[in-house]
Amino acid sequence: MSRRVSIAYLIGLGLLLLAPMFIYPILVMKVLCFALFACAFNLLLGYTGLLSFGHAVFLGSAAYVTGHALKVWELPTLLGLLAGTGAATLLGWAIGSLAIRRQGIYFAMVTLALAQMVFFLFLQAPFTGGEDGLQGVPRGTLFGLDLADDINLYYLVLAIFAGSFWLIQRTIHSPFGQILKAIRENEPRAISLGYDVAKYKLLAFVLSAGLAGLAGATKTLVFKFATLTDAHWHTSGEVVLMTLLGGMGTVFGPVVGATVIVTLQNELADKVGSLVTVIMGAIFVICVLAFRRGIVGESLALYQRMIGQKNR
Amino acid sequence: MTDDCILETKGLVKEFRGFVAVNGVDLKVRRGHIHALIGPNGAGKTTCFNLLTKFLEPTRGAIHFNGVDITRESPERIARRGIVRSFQISAVFPHLTVLENVRIALQRKLGTSFHFWKSDRSLNQLNDRAMELLTSVGLESYAGMVTVEMPYGRKRALEIATTLALDPELMLLDEPTQGMGHEDVSRVMELIKQVSANRTILMVEHNMKVVAGISDTLTVLARGSVLAEGPYAEVAANPAVIEAYMGTEVTELASPAGH
Repeated sequence: MSRRVSIAYLIGLGLLLLAPMFIYPILVMKVLCFALFACAFNLLLGYTGLLSFGHAVFLGSAAYVTGHALKVWELPTLLGLLAGTGAATLLGWAIGSLAIRRQGIYFAMVTLALAQMVFFLFLQAPFTGGEDGLQGVPRGTLFGLDLADDINLYYLVLAIFAGSFWLIQRTIHSPFGQILKAIRENEPRAISLGYDVAKYKLLAFVLSAGLAGLAGATKTLVFKFATLTDAHWHTSGEVVLMTLLGGMGTVFGPVVGATVIVTLQNELADKVGSLVTVIMGAIFVICVLAFRRGIVGESLALYQRMIGQKNR
Repeated sequence: MTDDCILETKGLVKEFRGFVAVNGVDLKVRRGHIHALIGPNGAGKTTCFNLLTKFLEPTRGAIHFNGVDITRESPERIARRGIVRSFQISAVFPHLTVLENVRIALQRKLGTSFHFWKSDRSLNQLNDRAMELLTSVGLESYAGMVTVEMPYGRKRALEIATTLALDPELMLLDEPTQGMGHEDVSRVMELIKQVSANRTILMVEHNMKVVAGISDTLTVLARGSVLAEGPYAEVAANPAVIEAYMGTEVTELASPAGH
């Protein structure tokens, strides 16, 4: 099974390496950024059982910090990415430490409230450019390669995505990941076995926030701007939709969910205009009513049923 | 006398908004005993358990474990001291395999539980010990099964195996035979007796057959206070206890051997 999975990953990676020859690279990069964002979110929702409703704040703050670092401080590209990711990680630690004291819907509300506070800060602070956003962020160079060239940048983005995806996958299948699953399954039991669950939840939250931040930082590089949309609660809702649509608690689900949502938005935006919101809402309703395990979750279940029948 | 006592509570009180669930309980659990806690519904047994393991904060009173005051410690700290509890509703990790359930308990000792960069293959070194524990409760053939698919009685046995993995000095079992068929009850009873060697067990139990069969000491709680304490025969003959258990349960209490 795990061998088959590795082969599937290699094929996926191969396709992604060739993708810019056939598809507009900016679109693929956008998909990759949101896929990373959704995977980071899934680490928290799918594997720890924590529903954060303010995750866009990590995407957004990293986007701004990276934008500011590259444009105003004129840092090298890698340092700019690092600054954004670091900022999101720190913010994740601050918000996480407060939010994990509560459970269930209260946890979700605390994350939403804190994220809205930071959003308001971004709206008012001079360095973000307010409603106009932070425009004209230079991409810089990496090892002498000019990242202004979309293809060069594409391979950097792909490397970031692949590395982070590996890290998330490893975290899920690590001794730490085992404890996260135990907490998701039965928190009082995990406590009674001597685990300080608050610390595990916090580390999961910080990891998730940091990786969401890396997605935001990369996104700034791709679009050369950072805007309020990145930190808006709409985006927090969108990442929930991506994760549920693809399959919460499956490693690959969020990637599929992000691909579907971003592609649809891209295709529909100039055809149906603001109706896109209605279509997204309809997809969400259908997903919740008809296939709760998401695209990947349902496919896996179907596959297992077929195997079961064959063995019988 | 005191060093003979593994757990002692002094004037333990728990109030919930004016309602007193546990009212001045002095409990002494002797080392090596199987100590049963019984009482009618709402007598405060489970609340007592939650206080002892600090899942609830006592309003007043003190808890001493091996002579150390543990009244202010956190629940995970208490577990690490060697007081490990089970729950009334079967406490397993349903979507992990049976082997993984036991391994979660063993894993803490490795000290790698925060290592998110390490492969979970590093946990395979615990498999032998986990299998040993599963064998001791007769679950070796279930090891690879996803726990949710196991019959109820077996889940309770798994819970005991998971608790045993921590090698606790004091095991707290909350209604270990609740909701079980006849056969399962005898199996779990045997199991409790078997694991009580070298350790102390405090259990809440409704099944009088189990209480009479394996407990050394019995404490009867009623309305949050201790009504009687002592060996089974002595407590069962106590008129106050019989009164508290009005009706059919009196006969059940008086003739434990009956069915």
